[in-house]
Amino acid sequence: MNALQSLGGWTLDSVQRWGRAAVFLGQILLNIPSVIVRFRLAVVQVFSVGVLTLIIILVSGLFVGMVLGLQGYNTLVDFGAESSLGLVVALSLTRELGPVLTALLFAGRAGSALTAEIGLMKATEQLAAMEMMAVDPVSRVIAPRFVAGFLSMPLLAALFTAIGIWGGHLVGVGVLGVDSGQYWTAMQNGVDVYDDVLNGVIKSVVFGFVVTWIAVFEGHDATPTSEGVSRATTRTVVNASLAVLGLDFVLTSLMFD
Amino acid sequence: METLIELSDVRFAYGQRRIFDNLNLSVPRGKVGVIVGPSGCGKSTLLNFIGGRIMPDAGKVEVDGIDVTKLNRQQLYKLRKSMGMMFQNSALLTDLNVFDNVAFPVREHTELDERLIRHLVLLKLQMVGLRGARDLRPAELSGGMARRVALARAIALDPMLVMYDEPFTGLDPISKGVIVKLIHEIGDALEMTSLVVTHDVSEGLSIADRVFLLGDGKVIAQGTPQEMQETDVPEVRQFIDGAPDGPVGYHYPAPDYLADLSDQENL
Repeated sequence: MNALQSLGGWTLDSVQRWGRAAVFLGQILLNIPSVIVRFRLAVVQVFSVGVLTLIIILVSGLFVGMVLGLQGYNTLVDFGAESSLGLVVALSLTRELGPVLTALLFAGRAGSALTAEIGLMKATEQLAAMEMMAVDPVSRVIAPRFVAGFLSMPLLAALFTAIGIWGGHLVGVGVLGVDSGQYWTAMQNGVDVYDDVLNGVIKSVVFGFVVTWIAVFEGHDATPTSEGVSRATTRTVVNASLAVLGLDFVLTSLMFD
Repeated sequence: METLIELSDVRFAYGQRRIFDNLNLSVPRGKVGVIVGPSGCGKSTLLNFIGGRIMPDAGKVEVDGIDVTKLNRQQLYKLRKSMGMMFQNSALLTDLNVFDNVAFPVREHTELDERLIRHLVLLKLQMVGLRGARDLRPAELSGGMARRVALARAIALDPMLVMYDEPFTGLDPISKGVIVKLIHEIGDALEMTSLVVTHDVSEGLSIADRVFLLGDGKVIAQGTPQEMQETDVPEVRQFIDGAPDGPVGYHYPAPDYLADLSDQENL
């Protein structure tokens, strides 16, 4: 009976959370026009959400590209197809690894920071103070951060992919001796702007939307205590990562079936 | 005397826990009302009613003749522009310095030129004695200084009402004295109505024009500070004298002590 009660309680809590998250998203979207009018608020957030995430994205992209170059070469060389290394690296990055890994890193770096910041603002009554000053926290705090995250994610994914392709070139051409012309030509011939690049961009836009939504919601919904903020931050990273991986499967099956 | 705040037959409960039961309270315009009462009696909740952050289960909450419980979001925000609130932990925006914190409501609600905003902010900071601290961040302020900045921010738009949630808690005697002086002076100079929620009896009585003692879900006593000091009502005496024993219970409601100790199921 206790297990049944717990299951029922958990289900009710989950449904309520989904409902709150949906209503919250509606409030954010209604406030997007006010962010466009005061775009400076979003620009400030692009710095903390996007620019400060650059280092981890660039370093990770470089290493992932280098590993792809190494693994790709070792596999392709057995078939005498090492000239296709550029294509393998580029397709892996544009279609999958660029958007997915960027989103996972984005959730860990920027998403957790967003949740912690908003959660602490709630715990220290800064959001309540804004309300009492007749300033809507969703319009002033949440929506600019949401727009910043949404705009930053595709740009970060593009940078991850670009630096990854360069990393693959560094190892494949610089170390393993693949011809540089072949590396770029195979990529140019094999990568399609719509099927590969555009689909990757769509994925990164969707991931950016979902990760930022989860991050700002968890922060705003956090229990206003240090433990509550800590739990919310953890939930952001876990839920956003699972959402990215699950959505990646759905989007991939829709795009490349 | 004209009334600015009027609460009539207010009822409220947090889940099963009853907080207010037919609470009635009125604060005259331009005066300092002080609400005292033990921790957990709903003093801060009362400020949230007046600010429209929490709605009571029943009853009327009128501010300047407007029933807050009937307002939509837009009307509520309009009314809040004429209210200021100083939070217990100051609630300064941590990403802004002192100047920008005080300028925040002015920039949000007016189209004033930056030079004018500068004058306005420096004027308010001068009133609380922190003009020289304009460039400091909230993390660099002491508790007393942070409260004063919060006070400057609360009066930035010259509201008709300023609410203070536990303004003296955690302050040293000098800082308490400064806040007491400021509440008095600012209320007089700007002709504002002040509503102070506190459990610091001596400071509360020293600034009050009218004192309300909350307990058992309603106002159990009210009057001028002198009337409260001289009363023989046991609840008031217990609170003013700080006596642990009296009509106000020391223990949170619990089952019988002996039965609880001998409860075999939970051993």
